Amino acid sequence: MAESPVFRIAGLAKSFSSNEVLRGISLELRAGEVTALLGANGAGKSTLVKIMSGVYQADSGEMTLGERPFAPATPAEAMRAGVVTVHQNIDDGVVGSLDVATNLVLDRLSGKGASIFFNPRRVRRTALEVAGRMGLDLDLTADVTELPLADRQMVAIARAMAHEPKVMILDEPTSSLSAHEAARLFELIDRLRARGVAILYISHRMSDIRRLADRIVSLRDGQIVGLFESRPLDYEGAVNAMLGRTLRQGSVVSQAATHPIFRAEGLQLVPGARPFSLTLGAGEVVAVTGLVGVGKTRLAEMLFGIHRPVAGTMELAGSPYTPRNPADAIRQGVFLVAKDRARTGIVPDFNIYQNMSLPFLPRFSPLSLINRRAERAAAKEQIGSLRIVCRSERDDLATLSGGNQQKVMVARWLSQPSRMLILDEPFQGVDIAARHDIAAKLRESAADRATLIFLTELDEALETADRILVMSEHTIVGEHRNAQIDMDRLLAEVAGAGRPTLSEVPAHG
Amino acid sequence: MDSGMAQEPPASLEGREAARAGLSPREIVIRYGFLLLLAGLIVFFSLATRGFASPQAAVFILQSVSITGILALGVTATLVVGGFDLSIGSIATSAMMAAAYAMVVMEQNALVAVLICLAIGALVGLINGLIICYMRVPDLLATLGMMFLLIGLQRIPTEGRSIAAGMTLPDGSTAEGTFSPAFLALGRHRFDVIIPDLVPSSVVVLIVLAVVIWFFLEYTRFGRMMYAVGSNPRAAEFAGAPVKAYKIWAYVISGVFASIGGILLAARLGRGDIASGNNLLLDAVAAALIGFAVLGAAKPNAFGTAVGALFVGVLLQGLTMMNVPYYTQDFIKGAVLVIALVFTFSLLGRNGR
Repeated sequence: MAESPVFRIAGLAKSFSSNEVLRGISLELRAGEVTALLGANGAGKSTLVKIMSGVYQADSGEMTLGERPFAPATPAEAMRAGVVTVHQNIDDGVVGSLDVATNLVLDRLSGKGASIFFNPRRVRRTALEVAGRMGLDLDLTADVTELPLADRQMVAIARAMAHEPKVMILDEPTSSLSAHEAARLFELIDRLRARGVAILYISHRMSDIRRLADRIVSLRDGQIVGLFESRPLDYEGAVNAMLGRTLRQGSVVSQAATHPIFRAEGLQLVPGARPFSLTLGAGEVVAVTGLVGVGKTRLAEMLFGIHRPVAGTMELAGSPYTPRNPADAIRQGVFLVAKDRARTGIVPDFNIYQNMSLPFLPRFSPLSLINRRAERAAAKEQIGSLRIVCRSERDDLATLSGGNQQKVMVARWLSQPSRMLILDEPFQGVDIAARHDIAAKLRESAADRATLIFLTELDEALETADRILVMSEHTIVGEHRNAQIDMDRLLAEVAGAGRPTLSEVPAHG
Repeated sequence: MDSGMAQEPPASLEGREAARAGLSPREIVIRYGFLLLLAGLIVFFSLATRGFASPQAAVFILQSVSITGILALGVTATLVVGGFDLSIGSIATSAMMAAAYAMVVMEQNALVAVLICLAIGALVGLINGLIICYMRVPDLLATLGMMFLLIGLQRIPTEGRSIAAGMTLPDGSTAEGTFSPAFLALGRHRFDVIIPDLVPSSVVVLIVLAVVIWFFLEYTRFGRMMYAVGSNPRAAEFAGAPVKAYKIWAYVISGVFASIGGILLAARLGRGDIASGNNLLLDAVAAALIGFAVLGAAKPNAFGTAVGALFVGVLLQGLTMMNVPYYTQDFIKGAVLVIALVFTFSLLGRNGR
């Protein structure tokens, strides 16, 4: 493995107004190595990435690429110099209205020395080349908007690859990839590493880091608090350094349901899928796990009245349950913390308490006049009980970190009693500390309702649930009681018949 | 369009929050800039011209903005739900023509004329809402189409002529009806406030409607949900809101407000003038958009709309009294609008659009 640092950061600092976000970061990236960057939400990871990729300029400190100083004024300049970033927000990396081929070669089309004329055939040829190198098996003529999220991410990454980067920054690239796609990405990162690219890999997923990292850097409060490079890598130490405290490995004491609340018979999600049955009881937390695209969100949204089942009957507390729309589901006590909070949860113009009370406004507004005092009192209570970090309940949501925004979304639906609480990927983009807070709160408050959590990450399911259901191909294929899990069987179910197996078993849990 | 929101780096947002903790000069400019500017204008014109600082002049300004202000309050409702209504001007003129037709040609009384106008406004708003929500026509295009339709429609009953008492009808006979005094009072009656015959009824209507819509948007569940629908319709839907119903209601409110504006216009003119009301749409939209900049709201709000309307009125009246030629008025209005929009979207930049 090459040892010369290609990229050096020395004493980098950055403040926004009076808030010091980075307080003197020094870091070296070496060619042919994957450096994993660990940090809780708000630690300064995104700011560091944005300085490296030319979005922000540092207040002080310097960066060197090769032997030359590196201070990009724009993302395009950083990219031309050989520092390429794949952002976490997938749609930043692709242009939706163009086809895959054009997306793959987009930067060449607009770069210096690009031909004025658009030659579709040459675009196709170059795109094929790029796709081939990436092992990308996609229809190049498809519009990017028609692709599933995971494929869009692959296109964004492939597009970044086209630059022959010296340094590549991957900002949570696997957060919406299935295990199979992630494995393809890892293979590609291996190839890049072998070719001598220095890689900075940012992720919350320990399984990614175990698979890829040559060294780990822990970031906390804008400072580097740990550098781990001696083998074997001290993963626990890195996590503890990032959090600044030791997390207890929350071993779930599996609770049995006290009485059934929800029952579904012969439920069919999409035409052609195998029908399944489902019973959920009060006091238990049930996780549904499975790969991306096996129908988890479809099921969650169906239970919330957004989709209709193809066939089957549902019962809630003994009476038939056929929600016509979310309003109907909410009225009957079925709540959904939906996936992708920015799109389906947060009202950006509203502050914390207005976001929390949104579905329950009738309860806060006798004669349709809103009782703000009651709203704020309810929000304050939730802020305290979920430990949401904010100045007051009147803060705009945009001022909160991702983890705290997610806590607000969970708090919204915990603020009123429910019969069945459904959460779809509640830990997406949430740091480990916030995840523990949310999971603990869910378990603690679960006594009188059924709780159903949809999780792609198996670790998260093992950490949170009393019972784990496995979905594959739009049906439920397995059931496990936590604490007595046959891991091999579970993984085989997740992988499904004729599907590639998971690339690796989570090593803890 | 707001999907990037949650992905923003917490760091920079914390920075922004820190800036807000104490009101920096920039914050003060953002919050109170437009109000200070308005106060400054009033002081300036009071000193620079004789008679600007009198109750009569103040009432005159209010009267000059009352109709566009009412229309602007209506269009604010559609802006709140993330829509837009370009048909308000033509709804107002259609209502004016309908009122004149009802009284002059159909010989109805004032009450019937008013009810017909309100019904027209509500119906057009409802159709706008249905076209936008169920036929998936973009709001600008749907209401633009409706605008053309109404401009044409209001000419058909009289074969393109204005309506006045004693006019000759298309069949050669003479119209027997007249504008009823009760109806005309809506536009011409003045209430005694300290000074006799001071406040015209249209100003009273404007103030009442402004308070009503402000209270409605800020303090009722309905208003709050409308803001939620405008800010993130999908999130509102996932929180159980009937998104389409709220949008349709917003267009109905807009239509009704526009028709009230039309009633007042007819009552002021005392005839159904085919050529009047050309500026209504632009003036009303400008007032509502200027309103975004008031108090740093960066979103449609009733108070801002009212201030926006007032701002334009003060500016034009002051300049007129300083003998600035009338033909520069549209230019000045446009310039104020552009500056207000730049202020809202670049300085506030809150929504990052």
